[in-house]
Amino acid sequence: MDKKLEKIIQALQNNFGATVEEFRDEAHVFVKVNQIVDALTLLRDKHEFELLSTMTAVDYWPQQSPRFHLIYQLTSLAQNLSVQLRVPLNGDQPKVPTATRVYQVANWREREAWDMFGIEFEGHPDPRSILLADDQEGHPLRKDFPLGYEEPQFSFNFDEIGLHKPEPKE
Amino acid sequence: MGIEQKLGNMGVVTTTLENTVNWARTGAMWPMLFGLACCAIEMMSAQAAHYDMSRFGMELMRASPRQSDLMIVAGRVSKKMGPVLRRLYDQMPEPKWVIAMGDCASCGGVFNNYAIFQGVDEVVPVDIYIAGCPPRPEALIHGVMTLHEKVRTEKFKDLAKG
Amino acid sequence: MPQLEEVSVEKIKHLVSERALAGETVLLNMGPQHPSTHGVLRLLLELDGETVIKCIPDVGFLHTGIEKNMESKTYIKAAVMSDRLDYMNTMGNNLAYVMAVEKLVDLDVPPRAQAIRVILTELQRIASHLVWLGTSGLDLAAMSMFLYCFREREAILDIAELCSGQRMMTSFFRPGGLWRDVPVEFESAVRDFIKTFPKRVDEYERLLTNNPLFLDRVLGIGKLSGADALQYGVTGPNLRASGVDWDLRKARPYSGYEQYQFNVPVKKEGDVYARYLVRVQEMRESLKIAEQALNKLPMGPVRSENRKYVPPPRSEIGVNMEALIHHFKLWTEGFPAPKASIYSAIESPRGELGVYLEGDGGPKPYRVHWRTPSFDNLAALPIMSKGHLVADLVAIIGSIDIVLGDIDR
Repeated sequence: MDKKLEKIIQALQNNFGATVEEFRDEAHVFVKVNQIVDALTLLRDKHEFELLSTMTAVDYWPQQSPRFHLIYQLTSLAQNLSVQLRVPLNGDQPKVPTATRVYQVANWREREAWDMFGIEFEGHPDPRSILLADDQEGHPLRKDFPLGYEEPQFSFNFDEIGLHKPEPKE
Repeated sequence: MGIEQKLGNMGVVTTTLENTVNWARTGAMWPMLFGLACCAIEMMSAQAAHYDMSRFGMELMRASPRQSDLMIVAGRVSKKMGPVLRRLYDQMPEPKWVIAMGDCASCGGVFNNYAIFQGVDEVVPVDIYIAGCPPRPEALIHGVMTLHEKVRTEKFKDLAKG
Repeated sequence: MPQLEEVSVEKIKHLVSERALAGETVLLNMGPQHPSTHGVLRLLLELDGETVIKCIPDVGFLHTGIEKNMESKTYIKAAVMSDRLDYMNTMGNNLAYVMAVEKLVDLDVPPRAQAIRVILTELQRIASHLVWLGTSGLDLAAMSMFLYCFREREAILDIAELCSGQRMMTSFFRPGGLWRDVPVEFESAVRDFIKTFPKRVDEYERLLTNNPLFLDRVLGIGKLSGADALQYGVTGPNLRASGVDWDLRKARPYSGYEQYQFNVPVKKEGDVYARYLVRVQEMRESLKIAEQALNKLPMGPVRSENRKYVPPPRSEIGVNMEALIHHFKLWTEGFPAPKASIYSAIESPRGELGVYLEGDGGPKPYRVHWRTPSFDNLAALPIMSKGHLVADLVAIIGSIDIVLGDIDR
């Protein structure tokens, strides 16, 4: 790992008791839910991580605690470094404080996480769905949501698929 | 002095009403600007200078559905876009035709999942399907020519719906 | 099928100003089907006369569920879906995904494959900027730009067709290298393009850059400061036109970019004109990179020799038992990836295109997340368009260069 990055990881470990995993010269830092906004503020103000590249989540169903890992990928332009923060969340009613006051880009990213995973963000100024239709039920990127695969209609099963295929009225 | 010369000199053309109407409809069929995704880029390429579609009468692409005859659904139709598509189709005046351009509009294409209609014929009735991902501009022009042939064989009694 | 419903302004009253609720300002829907929105983007505008007070983008009309769909395909088969995200930059998306897979399984790429990847990605960047120039020119009523730019694009699509058989969705890059070696006509086709293109770019600049009609419409419109751009996660030419010099090809070189000399244009004003100048200059720089890569093109294999991940060439399968077994295993099962996650990013024509890839020890990706640049670029539209007229809004949307496939995935 980069020397400058090591110092920053050390600062995170001292302030928040974070654990670190490394893989292919990337640093993944695990922080707790109630510490995430402070960690982001520290990285933005003191260590010049100006850009939140992306924010997303991963679902580890059927394991329920933690079920989700929330991922914040931060980039520092001034020092040319990247670090990834991971927040483990439990499966029932996952709630996270919003990061929109630290990085404005988190506004849309958190709406997307709500849509796709059902993770609620407390204090978000605009908690509406962003990518899905209004009447879509469920959260598609969860592992217990089915893909919605439709069997191809070949000649041997033409009629049984044709029964369920919606037709437009003229 | 046959009848052809006599009538030809007087400037009279004999034909049936259906042939004339169908010829007029194919001569200047204006498509509606409905490019959704990647196929829209190939539709724009077909409209541009290399594969010119205005040779076939489709000089303009009208953005307003009220002024167009042909809806080329170019691209994948998601569940959020479906009602919008249907409303635009309903706003088009008769006679209207629909071409489903590309694999996603014909049958869902590569995307067999929760978010995409498996073929736009679940939403609007389709006349011509064009395969390809994306279909070449020449394939689109072939589809349009096939539609013209279909229109030329249309009869009034099929169109009049009581 | 869901029906459209009438909504009152109550549902979005936390987003619009109080004057809208009183009826003083107009709420206008610039709907998903509109000639100037470059795809299916819906904008809800709050207008005071013609001035935009608030602009609320509504995306999701092209949501395809690519991230979930990729979880059900093996790593090689999922590369096909990656093309269709940002459909202007198909080879770039391929490159981003394939580089992520290579980083995850630690696969080497031979130098000839890297150089050809660079050539094709830079040509794709030029093609993407040409479409931007054509369509945003069309929005500003410069219709001949549209026809000229698509004529140039045909040359690039012919080169893509020469290599892979497909004009747009090529899937030419595979984990470990390329699908196959480029044919012999590739070099002369690219050299012809390199010879004729600079004069054409000069022609386009003569048409627009000092044109008073064009300048009236773009100077001072849609200003975005560098600090705001970073807060909103804007990257790519939009960020460079606001004064921040950040290009992933220079900062974190990948695929051999460190060997090539090129400049990265940066402007300070942050308005629509600055973005136009940055992209036109980028087209010239991309041509330089492609020329250097073509001159230095090394001979050698185009695929890695690691048969656990890369299929053997067809000629070996008939004579070598191991090659047959590897081919069979790769096609029926796929290769396993470690139980870990990586993030890898490239510089697409729109900004930072990143892939977060997580494997779980099996042949299918556990989670693929695409960090697409247009998603964040569009989030900055409300602050860029405050106080401008509706006609200026059209120019601003054109200049951000969004692709809806990128946003909605």
